[in-house]
Amino acid sequence: MSARQAPALPTRNRKSTMAQQPETRISATTPRLDVAHLAKTYGSGEKSHTVIEDLTFTVDAGEVVCIVGPSGVGKTTLLKCLAGLHPASSGRAAIDGRTISGPPPEMALVFQDYNRSLMPWLTVRKNLVLPLRHLKLPAAELKERCDSALAAVALSHADNQYPWQLSGGMQQRVAIARALAYRPEILIMDEPFASVDAQTRFDLEDLCLKIRKDFNMTILVVTHDIDEAVYLADRVVVLGSRPARVLKVVDVDLPVPRDQITTRSLPEFARQRTEVLSLIKRPA
Amino acid sequence: MRNVAVRNWVIGAGTPVLLLAAWWFLSANSADPFFPPLETILIRFQELWLFDHFQSDVLLSLGNLFLGFAIAAVAGVVLGFVTALVPPARWMIDPLIHFLRGIPPVALVPIFISLIGFGTQMRVTSIALAALFPTMIATVDGIRSVSNDLMDVARVYRLSRKERVLNVLLPAAMPQIFSGLQVSLQVAFIVMIASEMLGSSQGIGAMTLLAQQSFMTADMWAGILLLGVIGFLVNILFSLLKRKVLSWYIGSRRMARAA
Ligand SMILES: Nc1ncnc2c1ncn2[C@@H]1O[C@H](COP(=O)(O)OP(=O)(O)OP(=O)(O)O)[C@@H](O)[C@H]1O
Ligand SMILES: [Mg+2]
Repeated sequence: MSARQAPALPTRNRKSTMAQQPETRISATTPRLDVAHLAKTYGSGEKSHTVIEDLTFTVDAGEVVCIVGPSGVGKTTLLKCLAGLHPASSGRAAIDGRTISGPPPEMALVFQDYNRSLMPWLTVRKNLVLPLRHLKLPAAELKERCDSALAAVALSHADNQYPWQLSGGMQQRVAIARALAYRPEILIMDEPFASVDAQTRFDLEDLCLKIRKDFNMTILVVTHDIDEAVYLADRVVVLGSRPARVLKVVDVDLPVPRDQITTRSLPEFARQRTEVLSLIKRPA
Repeated sequence: MRNVAVRNWVIGAGTPVLLLAAWWFLSANSADPFFPPLETILIRFQELWLFDHFQSDVLLSLGNLFLGFAIAAVAGVVLGFVTALVPPARWMIDPLIHFLRGIPPVALVPIFISLIGFGTQMRVTSIALAALFPTMIATVDGIRSVSNDLMDVARVYRLSRKERVLNVLLPAAMPQIFSGLQVSLQVAFIVMIASEMLGSSQGIGAMTLLAQQSFMTADMWAGILLLGVIGFLVNILFSLLKRKVLSWYIGSRRMARAA
């Protein structure tokens, strides 16, 4: 799929990093996110464990890319490398041509273990505020960001509750709201809709597509649900084990805007999900 | 739920009342010089402490206790953070902590008693020193057990070092810090009394020991009674503070148990 030419996002979160970005940013040949021959080995010596050996794929600006792959293949590991939490063992991951060496300012990550990623001593709203404090936003904007993020995940009523007072699916939505309030340019989510009910899941998928459109966000989602991957994505990266490698990058050519009922009933949708499924089902 | 709470409260308050009543009646006609009637003790209690020696001795003791404990609490938490977060400090202090962890805090009291000289300053110092270690060790343990997931969140959202310390590590370690503070408070109380019994002429401890040495057993019992009441009240205050600061933790634990 061709790189979408995207107007640069108004950058709200940072002051200096945009200035440092090389000219190549504008060029259609530099992908927003570039993963090249990435490898990750945990530990060293005898106990070392290579989870990712050689991963290569790209994500263009404004694109939604889904990653699917068997459990334990190393999807979370990959995302943590992209988020700058783990250093790559070899190869590299880059944003706009800059190698990721620490958490990039333009990125937010929704963790898989949402129940362990919220601060239990903070109310829902304060959980959203914590990452925004150092941005020194005006009070009105801070409130507006939290209000709209909570409204987006339908949790406006819960803003004064503590995470542990909420159901698993609600906690997951708080974690998503926290990322939304941060207004990242690149949003990475690790199985974000795994424990919500079907209706909420559809809503969150559509929210995902909406924020991509409204904010021109670049979104990378790990999911176990092949239908979801095909519905959301411009491209689906299918991972095989072990160690993790890209089996195939499937271009999803479904019309936009997508709709839960019409898109999912297209023959093309069925064809694409079958393609992804057969890649996963086949013994790697 | 409510009924259980009420019943527990009645039992909690009723038992001491019953014991006091038993003490009152059993000791009523006592001629044993060591066990004077409770009535006599209470009269002396009132005469001595309310409010003859209140300012000179009770307030003095309480002042030392709170000052020493406050210093220990702040220093213990700060040193705990430094030990857990600054590698050279960790290498230096870790062996000491491993050694101290095996010793019940009260067993350290003799060391500090031997350090006690004369004067308030020395007394406060020894209270603070003795009470420091439980808090410090608990703080180190608390920080080390903060989950990696929370620290990953802090890094992804690029919290500053100060925010990571004050807004993530400190609250996350708070439940353990509070268990440390509780032990520190007990130690501070013991050292406070001990410091007054040794080489001092002022304070509740000094008065109580003096009474014992002068065979004024009713006065001695009155002193012990006062210490008991103070210990009880201090513990209640501490529990209230804990319940306020750790309400999120108590709530989440209750929720986890119910699930
Ligand atoms: N911090 C770590 N240290 C050592 N090994 C790890 C670490 N984190 C993950 N692993 C190992 O890496 C492998 C991949 O784990 P990872 O969590 O990335 O898989 P995943 O694809 O996200 O699985 P799932 O779909 O179940 O979430 C597993 O074998 C796991 O044991
Ligand atoms: Mg995972």
